[in-house]
Amino acid sequence: MRPSPVSLLRILVPVKRCVDYAIKIRVNPSGTGIDTNVKHSMNPFDEIAVEEAVRLRERRKDVVTNITAITIGPTKSTETLRTALAMGADSAIHVEIPDSLSPEPLGIAKALKALIEREKQKEQVDLVIMGKQAIDDDAGQTGQMLAGLLDWPQATYASKVVISEDQNSVNVTREVDGGAEEIKCRLPTVVTTDLRTIHSRLNEPRYASLPNIMKAKKKPIEKLSIEDLGVDLTPRLEILKFQEPPKRVGGGKVANVDELVAKLKEAGITAVSN
Amino acid sequence: MLRIAARIVCPAFKNVPTAARTRAFSSSRVAASHIASLDNFSEEEEMLRDAVKRFATDVVGPRVREMDEKEMMAPEVIKGLFEQGLMGVEISSDFGGAESSFTSAIIVIEELAKVDPSVSVLCDVHNTLVNTIFRKHATPEQQKKYLPQLAQSKLGSFCLSEAASGSDAFALQTRAEKKADHWLLNGSKMWITNSFEAEIFLVFATIDPSKGYKGITCFIVERDMGIKIAKKEQKLGIRASSTCSLDFDDVQVPLENIIGGEGLGYKLAIEILNEGRIGIAGQMLGLAQGAFDKSVPYTFQRKQFGKPVGEFQGMQFQQAEAAVQIEAARLLTYNAARRKEEGKSFVKEAAMAKYYSSVIAQKVSGAAIEWAGGVGFTRETGIEKYWRDSKIGAIYEGTSNIQLQTIAKFIQKEYS
Repeated sequence: MRPSPVSLLRILVPVKRCVDYAIKIRVNPSGTGIDTNVKHSMNPFDEIAVEEAVRLRERRKDVVTNITAITIGPTKSTETLRTALAMGADSAIHVEIPDSLSPEPLGIAKALKALIEREKQKEQVDLVIMGKQAIDDDAGQTGQMLAGLLDWPQATYASKVVISEDQNSVNVTREVDGGAEEIKCRLPTVVTTDLRTIHSRLNEPRYASLPNIMKAKKKPIEKLSIEDLGVDLTPRLEILKFQEPPKRVGGGKVANVDELVAKLKEAGITAVSN
Repeated sequence: MLRIAARIVCPAFKNVPTAARTRAFSSSRVAASHIASLDNFSEEEEMLRDAVKRFATDVVGPRVREMDEKEMMAPEVIKGLFEQGLMGVEISSDFGGAESSFTSAIIVIEELAKVDPSVSVLCDVHNTLVNTIFRKHATPEQQKKYLPQLAQSKLGSFCLSEAASGSDAFALQTRAEKKADHWLLNGSKMWITNSFEAEIFLVFATIDPSKGYKGITCFIVERDMGIKIAKKEQKLGIRASSTCSLDFDDVQVPLENIIGGEGLGYKLAIEILNEGRIGIAGQMLGLAQGAFDKSVPYTFQRKQFGKPVGEFQGMQFQQAEAAVQIEAARLLTYNAARRKEEGKSFVKEAAMAKYYSSVIAQKVSGAAIEWAGGVGFTRETGIEKYWRDSKIGAIYEGTSNIQLQTIAKFIQKEYS
């Protein structure tokens, strides 16, 4: 049971350092993965998550006490945390792992769970907001797995997040195939953010202004190792092959609809009978 | 010749394993010093570069063409610059600034110039000329009043040149007469950047023509004290940056609005122009890089005679040469900036950086048009704009001849 009447909320925002969205992806020379010797930045969906957390606090200053950014990544991921701090997060946690390790969603979810349980002693986490997927693997699994492991409700593909008056739940509008769905989740909850929040103009990640970049220097980053959390991040999946998609070949022109249907039949695409 | 032949034949040299040779070479360098290479930036500086790049691409980029065609700076751009803290880069956080390094200011100027040199010069003049004079020479009362405004909302302008005094700056004639409770300013200024939008003007006037340059004094004049815009120039390049002639007709300026002391304006102006030079070097550097970045990708898409034009050796050599020139300009610029930060003498290096950057900016932007062919010549792609914008680099904040003269003076001092 939560102490009433004022229960202050702590938001955790996991962020991931990925290859920058604007970079042209190439397979690396040894064919084992993509060329990572390029510019990296924060996963754009996670940027939206940070922005959403900061806006929630701007809307309800009395309710949100702390926004903590966390990343599980190599040493260079500190830059990503600094960006989150410059955007408005109060503090950050860096779980450092070796450069060579490419963690999988389940591993990350387990690590986040271990961290959340560890944080219960200090200040419990009430809301986890993260990007719905990372643009490098497009897995889209971590948020859901985390909710499952913690046995918390989950609201994925969120385009709008509203904390209820009594601060015991969140109302989340989700983007689903059929349209939009609004659900109410009791806190603590995992929310994953969708790109849509940008287009509906509810969320456009702020540029880290220069004064905020300078302020971010003074905000604390706690360093942890994966052993501190007692989680094994060994990959369970083995990548067998990595290759570029086949080069596009030109199409052919058809003279009329009959020819089009004939060509489609040739290609094995037949009509579905009612 | 014989020695070289002997070395090739010499068995002892041939038998030294490559690894040992390299190790011997590298360990001697490590032992020597831990001084970093010239293109090193702090984490904050890198973050700043990324943030400005995004701002420039998202907010400035879509407006560049319209601003150029209309010869007008979009208010949203100026507002955005203030909101991002880019107009108070070196100002103390006590006054609402970002309290960052001089190099950070140069980074901002460079990144803005990659997208629009007009926006870059607006930010450059404001930061490196106006803000710095207030930071270094204003009284505590003046700083308390003006620095927060300059950091957060009001654009500044630097008024030195006149119709009859450009390179010969200190032959200026604008007159300031001391009255009972104010200074009375009369005269006119020409070629003043930012003047159309600015609210705070630093005006150099003489309080005593008989004293020559020792009469020149720097005044803080606010727009509502009666400054008149006589004419807005129509220019070849940096068209969105306002360049106006100003008239001062019996403008009354409070007695306390002198910066740096009576008759000390000359020294103040010389010092500040030396720093400002590095800013222009940064602008020209960004311009060259921006033109390069816009044109080169196109050369790998445009196919003629069966392959991308960028794969022809003639093109490759030109692109390589341009890349070398940009890198050289970059190192000159940032080294001059760091020298200034370290308190080392930097006047010669600043002159070299400004001179060289403006020269290669013209060359690279001109080549960029040719690489893109007909498409480069049309205004639509924005490549030709860089070439038009680059011309002013050799002219303002000290013409190329003045820079060469400055450098030559150092040579003469050293060698004669």
